[in-house]
Amino acid sequence: MTLIVKTITRLTVGLILLFGIYIILHGHLSPGGGFAGGVIVALSFVHLMLAFGKEVAAAKVSKNLTSNLESIGALMFLGVSLLGYLGGTFFLNVLNKGTPFKLMSAGTIILSNISIGIKVGVGLFAIFLALVVLEGAKKGK
Amino acid sequence: MDQSNFIPLFVIIPLAAAFLISLLGKFIKWFSDAAICVSSALLLWFSVYAEIALKSSAQGVLIYKVGGWVPPFGICMVLDGLTTLMLIIVNLVSFFVALYSLKYMEQYTDKTKFFTLFSLMVCGMNGVIITGDLFNLYVFLEIASIASYALVAFGTEAEELEASFKYAIMGSIAASFIFIGIAFLYGFTSTLNMADMARVLSLKSQTWVIPMVTVLFLMGFGFKAALVPFHAWLPDAHPSAPAPISAMLSGVLIKTLGVYALIRIFFNILGVTAAYLSILMLLGAVSMIVGVILALSQWDFKRLLAYHSISQIGYVVLGIGLGTPLGILGGLFHLFNHSIFKSLLFLNSGAVDYAAGTRDLKEMGGLAKVMPWTAKTSLIASMSISGVPPFNGFFSKLIIILACIQKGAIAYALCAVIGSILTLASFMKVQRYAFSGELKEKLKGIKEVPWVMRFSMVGLALVCVLGGVMLLPHLRFILDDAVGVLLQGRNYAAVVLDAALK
Amino acid sequence: MILYILCLILFCVGLYGVLRKRNLIKIIVGLGIIEYSMNLFFVLLGYRFHGRAPIDAQDHAILNMVDPLPQALVLTSIVIGLGVTALLIAIAVRIYEKYGTFDITKINRLKG
Repeated sequence: MTLIVKTITRLTVGLILLFGIYIILHGHLSPGGGFAGGVIVALSFVHLMLAFGKEVAAAKVSKNLTSNLESIGALMFLGVSLLGYLGGTFFLNVLNKGTPFKLMSAGTIILSNISIGIKVGVGLFAIFLALVVLEGAKKGK
Repeated sequence: MDQSNFIPLFVIIPLAAAFLISLLGKFIKWFSDAAICVSSALLLWFSVYAEIALKSSAQGVLIYKVGGWVPPFGICMVLDGLTTLMLIIVNLVSFFVALYSLKYMEQYTDKTKFFTLFSLMVCGMNGVIITGDLFNLYVFLEIASIASYALVAFGTEAEELEASFKYAIMGSIAASFIFIGIAFLYGFTSTLNMADMARVLSLKSQTWVIPMVTVLFLMGFGFKAALVPFHAWLPDAHPSAPAPISAMLSGVLIKTLGVYALIRIFFNILGVTAAYLSILMLLGAVSMIVGVILALSQWDFKRLLAYHSISQIGYVVLGIGLGTPLGILGGLFHLFNHSIFKSLLFLNSGAVDYAAGTRDLKEMGGLAKVMPWTAKTSLIASMSISGVPPFNGFFSKLIIILACIQKGAIAYALCAVIGSILTLASFMKVQRYAFSGELKEKLKGIKEVPWVMRFSMVGLALVCVLGGVMLLPHLRFILDDAVGVLLQGRNYAAVVLDAALK
Repeated sequence: MILYILCLILFCVGLYGVLRKRNLIKIIVGLGIIEYSMNLFFVLLGYRFHGRAPIDAQDHAILNMVDPLPQALVLTSIVIGLGVTALLIAIAVRIYEKYGTFDITKINRLKG
């Protein structure tokens, strides 16, 4: 990719990641949540790969790391839902529900959002990596 | 409430197993095998415990409110007679298939990913069965379907990929038909809980929404169940999958995603009338005849079994479509029996494939001499599917034919008898070509399959032989409760909401 | 009312794509159109007359909002569509490796 694309990518990729994290964390206050924020986080990695090539992106987040993080994200979600058993039922909202409209309110919703954000973000990037690796292996033959 | 605490475990255990296998299977070598055995055994134990817990409960249903939210504001999980029958079917078959695939999947590349997808499919099927909320049913249906699309393409040979692509495209369109149906129902009743929707629908007057939603659901769930206009994916997808996955797909997936969801929605929510029942009977009869006629000319072992799946599901839908207590009893009993003997037949074909390396009937011959266990269990399964006494297939087919005559539908009874005779002819062909006769030269060196695979096949064959005891008075309550749930129709709403608000 | 009919027309456009196009990728695009048209239909069902967006904010009183439940359900449905599309693309890439073509009339080894 040309120099213009590489310079702009270097400036904006961190901001895109930060924006994705903002949407994940404020899922209970504004539209967004785990899925949408996770997609934006994945897009920041994909942006890095498109501008600089596969090796740089794979060096930052390797295939093994994506696979492990994806399973950890899913297990975190299951863990959050099992926390409800402490209160009596599956998936009960057990943590302290503070004052509304603040960041730390609504109990376990923010933890669910974070785990789904990790899983979707890393998972989407793993799909992209797998397809690109497949393409590269086919061209190399 | 204490009694129903175990209900979410049917979804939690396979989900946890799937992601733990995906995470730790790379680091610890034996972890995936151990985890899948433990989770399948636990699920089987819990499904038997669910039957006992339901019998000893006061109201006849067990409700679990997820998250503490009272329905209709929250999702509830309902355990009644039909649910426990389906749970026993799904978990029994998946236990035996999981044991079988411990050894069979050695010849494929990645056992860890296989067991992850397998666990996700079991989680999806269990979720479809126990949920009491319509959109939750759609989500779990999609989980199980997507896992099955990936599992059909697991070997990544050319034909498997083609079959999986066709199956995935058609399956997604069918799921979108189901989604439109749910959207219409939500717009009409403004609730998603199944019991509440039944209550609201019985209060509103008849409009054009109910027949339209019926047709949409028939298209969507009829595809998943492989009824006849929508059967074209099954002969491509089921043979292409690895043999344990063929057993799961043909044995349990088309039953829970197709037949169970169809009859739950038709009988308990929308309320059947004589017109819909006659449509079900017609589709069932056509499936029976078309399936078995197309199976007569097949020379590929697994493709022949896949066509017979279409035919036997026709029996089930015909039985349930009769609407009388005897008919529904026959239909549900045939559902149970077909899971057992069809999975056993697919596991047999997998064993033949594992040992001899071929699926073509013309290349086999005389395998009974070198593979005695496989031949004996295959004989038991073939006699069961053809309806030979005293195996379990005979009883369920007899009950369906008697119920047809009792209702006065003589033509359908004749179709059932003809289908049964042609099934017998087809399986006599299989037995003669594959197992009896002279042992071919190139097959002389093969041995019997490992003991784990033999254990699964013998276990399923034992259930085939003893299947008739389900009709004895001691165990009859399993089937009778399921029949009672379907016959109560929209009264389901009153029972469930009453138990939920207690 | 006209909006619902337009959604169903979009569904038919997608269905035409799945049925008549010969390239595998175009079939996948057609399937995507079908799924998105259904999501749009479901969200439109939640519209209430003169409603506003269903976000609870500190300064607004709780006046008439549109129905938020279809929006949550459609979020799930979009992700399901994403999963299926990703799987189909992976299968399509592998099919190209094995068969050498994307043309669906030439990918028909399974017959009978």
